[in-house]
Amino acid sequence: MSCFETIQAYGLRSLGIGERLLPREGYDLCQQFTLIGSGLIWNVYFAAIALALGFALATLLAVGKRARSAWIRKPCDWFVFIFRGSPLFIQFFVAYQLLVLLPRDGVTLPLGLFDLHVGTDWVTRAWAGAALVLFFNTAAYTAEIFLGALRSIPRGDLEAAEAYGITGWQRFRRIQWPTMLRLAWPAYTNEAIFLFHATTLVFFSGFPAFQQRGDALYYASYFAGRTFNPFVPYPIVAFYFICLTLVLTWTFGRIGRRLNRHLPTNETRRRRPRILPQIIR
Amino acid sequence: MMFSFCADPKSLEGLQWLSCYLTTGTHMSFYGSFLTVLVLLAVTAPVALAFGFGGAVAGRSHVAPLRWIGKTYMAMVRGIPDIVFFLFFIVALDQGLEYLFHFVRCEDLSQPVRQAGEFRACPAAKIPPGSAPPAIHQIYNFALAVFTFAIVFGAFAANVLSGAMQAVPRAQLETAESFGMTPRQINRRILIPQMWVYALPGLSNLWMVLIKATPLLFILGIEDVVYWAQQLGAMKTQTFSYPHPDWRLWYFLGLLVFYLLLTKVSEVVLDRIMTRLRRGLPMAENGATA
Repeated sequence: MSCFETIQAYGLRSLGIGERLLPREGYDLCQQFTLIGSGLIWNVYFAAIALALGFALATLLAVGKRARSAWIRKPCDWFVFIFRGSPLFIQFFVAYQLLVLLPRDGVTLPLGLFDLHVGTDWVTRAWAGAALVLFFNTAAYTAEIFLGALRSIPRGDLEAAEAYGITGWQRFRRIQWPTMLRLAWPAYTNEAIFLFHATTLVFFSGFPAFQQRGDALYYASYFAGRTFNPFVPYPIVAFYFICLTLVLTWTFGRIGRRLNRHLPTNETRRRRPRILPQIIR
Repeated sequence: MMFSFCADPKSLEGLQWLSCYLTTGTHMSFYGSFLTVLVLLAVTAPVALAFGFGGAVAGRSHVAPLRWIGKTYMAMVRGIPDIVFFLFFIVALDQGLEYLFHFVRCEDLSQPVRQAGEFRACPAAKIPPGSAPPAIHQIYNFALAVFTFAIVFGAFAANVLSGAMQAVPRAQLETAESFGMTPRQINRRILIPQMWVYALPGLSNLWMVLIKATPLLFILGIEDVVYWAQQLGAMKTQTFSYPHPDWRLWYFLGLLVFYLLLTKVSEVVLDRIMTRLRRGLPMAENGATA
């Protein structure tokens, strides 16, 4: 098989397109690069969906944690505590067992005029279940970052807003939220990087890889197991992840610069993300 | 058997059944595996700190190759998921050791070790030897896992410590110079004693991360808490002494609570240490972080 044919056969294998069986012989570099790269689709998917949804929920949680009413504050506190205080690995297992408990043939919701039938088997699949866990997890970590940023908004900014008669929702939308994002951005960049790295855990936890459709690390460990040689597949994964981490850092850097564009430039130049070890949760 | 009435579990009910169920031999192994987690934490933390210290010092070295090694070590965890390192090192270390022993102990060196998709060290080079009791194998695997954890977390610690070394006020080092101290003396008497306060927030964060990384022992093939929770929680049919439906959810919830307690206690203790160490320091008010 030429390398081009290998790419045709395995390029989209992680989505179930192409060759049905995983390669059983050869295991050349082309095969490994193709299949591991195909698995990378899942890592990007998980990271993208968790970050997009987690960003919104994190904002709500951060505001909720500052709420005066204990009815709002306490649930937010507990949500953040549970997802930040326990390992992501265990969260995957618990979530999988919880989702399996749902009735297999779906739930029927009586809506008065007609019954709505909702299937539940898809939630135990990794694309939905694991994405849900990652979404909640990153929301909790991000909420803590946003909360710290909300607390460090200069008092003068808020007083100035009030002097102009900007209050309530307007004040949040125009003053607090943009400033919060600006202050939290370097830390949030780290969170995004480590969430992206955490996506490799999915297929090593409770969620089974349906029809051997796994992520980059799943295929890498397949090759390592077949060839008894960890020195080829894992460096390939490392290579892919370094590239994508650079892309992620660059993208977030661009957004960060845009958020800071009204500030003196010499200050924005120095605002580079610091990498804090928060890789596993 | 803990209690005498556990002789015939099928005839038991309620609390008695539960007390017998929770004291079976396999459950004792389950409780023992919590100890494994704590042992891992207790051993890994100091070793990783030592690795990190070595890495941070090497990264500041005036000798170029040493500095490159230190910088590479610190940079390696930034772009690559650490679970890749876990999976890589656990096999690479094992194969590396056997490869070394192959040349020391084996008589027939005509065949290459790595051939046709297999790793073939001669029987004398196997670690531990094939005839060793299973306990030795378990200890060896655990030691490999600890070493793997130490390498990865050492790299994180090196990042934290090197940041802390840079955070020590320049004036302190200049004062030491003006007193006529040699670079070595400045390092030992001024820089290293002062850096810990700056390193502590980062190190305590790292400790939390380490706690949350311990269930990854399961992936490394150690019979840890996750392994036992899966084994014990799985459905047991009537052929078992204690039949029950699938209880894995409850076992995993137990693990969740265990880890929540562990991180909460650590947080409280570390906060106390932090306030104590910061006492009398000018940075106490503004709450600087490393």
